Amino acid sequence: MSRSYLPHWMHWLGSPPNFYRFAGTLRPWLMALALASAAIGLYGGLVLAPPDYQQGDAYRIIFIHVPSAWMSLFIYATMAVAGLIALVWRVKLAEVIAMECAPTGAAFTFITLATGSLWGKPMWGTWWTWDARLTSELVLLFLYLGVIGLCNAFEDRRRGARAASLLALVGIVNLPIVHYSVQWWNTLHQGTTVDFLDPARSSIAAPMLWPLLVMALATHLYFFASILGRARTGLLSLESGKQWVRTLVDGQPAPTMEAPT
Amino acid sequence: MAHWLAMGGYAIYVWPAYAVFLAVLAWDWFAPALRRRRITRELRGRLARERTRNARTERAEAST
Repeated sequence: MSRSYLPHWMHWLGSPPNFYRFAGTLRPWLMALALASAAIGLYGGLVLAPPDYQQGDAYRIIFIHVPSAWMSLFIYATMAVAGLIALVWRVKLAEVIAMECAPTGAAFTFITLATGSLWGKPMWGTWWTWDARLTSELVLLFLYLGVIGLCNAFEDRRRGARAASLLALVGIVNLPIVHYSVQWWNTLHQGTTVDFLDPARSSIAAPMLWPLLVMALATHLYFFASILGRARTGLLSLESGKQWVRTLVDGQPAPTMEAPT
Repeated sequence: MAHWLAMGGYAIYVWPAYAVFLAVLAWDWFAPALRRRRITRELRGRLARERTRNARTERAEAST
């Protein structure tokens, strides 16, 4: 394996015991920041922001619906990148991260569909419609579930992770479909609310926009905290035969590790 | 407060949406912790069994 062109810190972090310790230190801070920003974002969205002139207070679902939808795509992309690294370089940590992304991604996709349904009922008069945006988001949920299922279908977990990584990579074609569905097809789902590439096209007022962006920040921070915890558990289970895990669960001092130079 | 909770008549849609958000993320956060507890417990048991077995073989070897 020629990984010598990688910076030294990446090499260091790629080693399971080092990553385990590093993730354990970082995780509580990320979660604290996530909770703090969520508190600010929810206060801004549920209390400070005015009601929408068309949708009244029902639009307030946007502050969790849209950040969750962004996360469903972001986590999928993360999973696919980790999956690619797992397939090409067979890095154990990348396999674990790719597979541990799937449950959290599925969770956010489910939240997107459920909150969308609760928003659709009062606005469109229906819980569900086979509209392009909704259908492609449902396909995204099935892709996540497919990755989880395929990974668990193998006796050898590392082979399962690589097979599921391949599925994750193939499923990438669905991401632009979800994103552009409201432009490509004339659908019931409303158009883009926040356009990062062309802010002038965004259709949202500042008192509603900032809580939305803060909630997006909160969900990202939450995901980073969550994936670090999940990856730690995944490594613990995958490396249970290794000396560092034995020392860890035996309650004896952790093995000394080389500090990055 | 009651006015705020009423969400302009949309309370039955807005609050369940937030409840789903919180409940699903709570599951996502606590599920790995439970899995981790199970892994640690199993591994601890395995290590303890290994130690007893080793001690027994040592004793058997010493007595021969």
